Amino acid sequence: MSVSTLPVPAPTRPAVAAARTVDLHKVYGSGDTALAALDGVSVEFGHGQFTAIMGPSGSGKSTLLHCLAALDDATSGQVFIGEAELTTLGDKQLTLIRRDKIGFVFQAYNLVPTLTAMENITLPMDIAGRTPDAKWLKAVIGALGLADRLDHKPSQLSGGQQQRVACARALTSRPEIIFADEPTGNLDSVASAEVLAFLRRSVREFGQTVVMVTHDPAAAGYADRVLFLADGRIVDEMTDPTADRVLDKMKSFDTTTAHSGAVS
Amino acid sequence: MLHATLKSLLAHKLRMVMSTFAIVLGVAFVSGSFVFTDTMNSSFTEIFRQTAPDVTVRPAHAQAASAGGFTGADTRLIPASLVTTLATRPGVAQVGGVVSDQGTLVVGKNGKVISSGGGAPGIAQNYDSGPAADGSPIVTITSGTAPAGPGQLLMDGKTAATAGYVLGDTVHLVTSGATPSITATLVGTVRFGQSGNLVGATLVLMDTPTAQRLYLGGADAFNAVAVTGDGSLTNSQLRDEVTAALPAGLEAVDDQQIANENQTAIAESLTFISTFLLVFAAVSLVVGSFLILNTFSIVVAQRTKELALFRALGASRRQVTRSVMVEAFVVGLVGSTVGLLFGFGLALGLKALFGVIGIDLSQAGLVFQWRTVFVAYAVGVVITLLAAYLPARRAGTVPPIAAMQDDAALPESSIRFRTVGGGVLTAVGAALMVWALTLGGGLSLLGGGVLAVFVGVALLAPVIGRPIVTAIAAGFPRLFGTVGVLARENARRNPRRTAATASALMIGLALVTTMAVLGQSTKASVDEILRTDLSADYIVSNATPSPFSATIAPKVAAVPGVAAAVPFRLTVAGVDGKQSTVASFDAVAFSKVVALTVNSGSLNTGANGLLVTSTRADAAGWKVGDSVKIDMPTGSRTMPIAGILAPSRFLREDVVLPPAALATGGIPPADTLLFVNRAPGADTAAVTAGITKVLADLPTVTLQDQNAYAASNRASIDRLIAIIYALLGLAVIIAVLGIVNTLALSVLERTREVGLLRAVGMSRRQLRSMIRLESVAISVLGAVLGIGLGLIFGISLQRAMSGQGIEVLSVPTVQLLTFVVLAALVGVLAAVFPARRAARMDVLRAITTQ
Repeated sequence: MSVSTLPVPAPTRPAVAAARTVDLHKVYGSGDTALAALDGVSVEFGHGQFTAIMGPSGSGKSTLLHCLAALDDATSGQVFIGEAELTTLGDKQLTLIRRDKIGFVFQAYNLVPTLTAMENITLPMDIAGRTPDAKWLKAVIGALGLADRLDHKPSQLSGGQQQRVACARALTSRPEIIFADEPTGNLDSVASAEVLAFLRRSVREFGQTVVMVTHDPAAAGYADRVLFLADGRIVDEMTDPTADRVLDKMKSFDTTTAHSGAVS
Repeated sequence: MLHATLKSLLAHKLRMVMSTFAIVLGVAFVSGSFVFTDTMNSSFTEIFRQTAPDVTVRPAHAQAASAGGFTGADTRLIPASLVTTLATRPGVAQVGGVVSDQGTLVVGKNGKVISSGGGAPGIAQNYDSGPAADGSPIVTITSGTAPAGPGQLLMDGKTAATAGYVLGDTVHLVTSGATPSITATLVGTVRFGQSGNLVGATLVLMDTPTAQRLYLGGADAFNAVAVTGDGSLTNSQLRDEVTAALPAGLEAVDDQQIANENQTAIAESLTFISTFLLVFAAVSLVVGSFLILNTFSIVVAQRTKELALFRALGASRRQVTRSVMVEAFVVGLVGSTVGLLFGFGLALGLKALFGVIGIDLSQAGLVFQWRTVFVAYAVGVVITLLAAYLPARRAGTVPPIAAMQDDAALPESSIRFRTVGGGVLTAVGAALMVWALTLGGGLSLLGGGVLAVFVGVALLAPVIGRPIVTAIAAGFPRLFGTVGVLARENARRNPRRTAATASALMIGLALVTTMAVLGQSTKASVDEILRTDLSADYIVSNATPSPFSATIAPKVAAVPGVAAAVPFRLTVAGVDGKQSTVASFDAVAFSKVVALTVNSGSLNTGANGLLVTSTRADAAGWKVGDSVKIDMPTGSRTMPIAGILAPSRFLREDVVLPPAALATGGIPPADTLLFVNRAPGADTAAVTAGITKVLADLPTVTLQDQNAYAASNRASIDRLIAIIYALLGLAVIIAVLGIVNTLALSVLERTREVGLLRAVGMSRRQLRSMIRLESVAISVLGAVLGIGLGLIFGISLQRAMSGQGIEVLSVPTVQLLTFVVLAALVGVLAAVFPARRAARMDVLRAITTQ
């Protein structure tokens, strides 16, 4: 399938970033047990860009994603999706943001076990009470190679197939931004490659914006840009990464933190 | 969204089946009660429509006097000359005199009375070929000929078949009139009305002179006169025309009036049945709503991740709440539909049951009104929605982030509101109960208190349940080791769920215990009353609810060795302008067989003196010598009070009339009970044989000594309690299903934990006994709470009703302990399925499941 045959949505490209945070803090607990998961993160995610967020366990990468995706609220600072400042919105508006502007891909796929693949894909439209754009839907399903799996229940699908269904679900409503939380965490390398290739393709060919949290350098190698998080701060950034460069960076990063940890 | 909701519902059919069951039962009781009473109503209405003549002439106010249903008759007669007079009035085509008796029962070939026990009348009439208001004949001869002369009679075909009589047979009848036993030849059979449906009554017909001889002492007169118009006047015009020709003391009513009077009477007599059924409907719905609340809470808890996913994908709180409510709506709809079907089944069963006790409805089709359907769905759906509302609202509060967490838990709302609300309700209820019992406020105040305490304790159950569970499970660790510890902690870890599950059992057992205490107390009270207040050696009573012939008493009195035979009558009369059940006996003689205490005045009433109880006298401000207005069929009179009696535990009626007054008042002589004393030194066996011989011809009239009489009284209380137990048993079954449901879902919820326990070496047997013990703890908690409340309610009710025949408090301790043991057993049973399920779980899958 070539670029010219895809019914690419005419992307609106406002001047502002697809998502951004300003001095974002997130503290869990209080008093002596308080733990700063995010410690002043300011970052922008441009339209049509595939960004990977990397970092060791406990670096705050998942928390950053949850705050960006209107799933969790920040302790202080600002979060924007497009022009909407999430930190000022109530539950109802947040619901609408999640519904209309954001798509999700989870590590555990999170498909509804009682629904078929097709029903899972159209679930967000179903919730919003909208009819999916049939052409677009067909294109997405075709691109993911799910055409002959649509009547299957999640339990009848392999992990890779389930994650592809989840990708299709995130894409059908044409959100402004897709957040993927360790999308390949439960997959073998072949299935991982399929899912990542698709995410990259959705950015390149469909103009989608994708933010992905991962700890796998190979996965990060598919992104346009990699952010490195440690102890709740952005410590480094890399554009046009390859798996090897990311791996090297991670190694140096490990020694730096180990060293700095020893000093302090 | 709707689609996803329904799919999820279908995927969880089984757990919904259990909560639906509660709705099914409740709705079945509601709709069954409606269908059955509608059916009764319509078949009676049909009968009266087909059998009432255009206009009936009868002694004035006859209906009012018979509304209590003791004898249903009036001794006042209409002279035969009126028939001729009325025949000449304009618009009149046909006039027929009616001789009618309601207490003539047919004895079958096997010596048993046909249709005994149900209260359906045995009708005897003169054969009259007059038509009903709709023009069709009231009776139609279907075989044989009309009766002519004494010794011939007709019988309705169904009764003849049941009794085993064919044309030419000698038929045996027993009556409550002057001729207690009649024999005659069957010369024909008839059909009553168009359908032949007598709803269990029996009908015999004889010629007019024979009927007059048997029932009117040979007078050429009638009990009523049926007038048929020639069609030139409407029935109400005809009634007015007839009224103009009537002497004082008679009245004319048209067919519509008869129908209305009967309809009211039927509606009243059916109220008891429908109230009874509706009470049980309420019980099962209340118990059921706990089950539904619980099921939905667990379903929501289980689906937390899925609901969070919906939220993450953009579903609003309201959408999530609504999706749970839609589930509840579907469950309610399905439950109501099945309940409606069961309701028809229940009505069919009741119809059959009524056939057994003598009210034969076999010819009546079930009446099914849209109102029944509407109420069934309204009740079923509304209760389900109400019960599911709290869990549904909680479902809406699931945070979207829960979709990404491994151990997603629902936010628990504070238990404080429940504690405060429950505490206040319980305190208010207890205060009301104490008030009702000490200052006197009647049963309704007490009932209000009981209800408040009930709801209050149900709300408090999570708070008070915890220490009780701890106490119940105190021995678990020592007896069962680690398994016991785990079981105890599992039962304690979600106090709300444990409490809600136990509450369902609590309600059922509280009601059962209340009934057990009341029943036992009633029996003890009856025994006590009979032992202390009844000094008669024998009691003669009738197996049917109707009285028996007054001719029996003198015959029994004449048996050698009988010192006294004192008849006791119940009838209805107006006392001081109010319709009341009154007793009638010769007070001096009666005081020799039943203890009576005279507070003032004397027992010598003469032919016109009243005895009243001090309760009634105090309430009305009466003193000895005051006159009281008494209404009887022949009219009003004032009677002086001869004596005031202390409240008697045996005598329930407040007013006693002398037998002579009943005779002049127009109430037919018939006895309710006959008390017999042996002469000192008389041979017991000989006296018993002598009395038995007198009663030989009368199969319904039975002779009992004191012990047998007490036993039959106890037996009838036991029968009533058994029926109530059976119905409450359904509530307990619902509660058991609730426990099964809670455990099964808890096991599912704890899949990981179960897997872990198995992985570290717990055997299947240990796992099963862990779940079994948890179940026992829950069910015993329900039993303890229920029995505790039931004891309080039962004792308070006994106290409140001590003036109404339940003087003695008797707690059936053994029975209550049995309930606790049964509850524990119920717990074991309820755990069978969930325990097996947990034990079968694959260890690896259990620990890797998401």
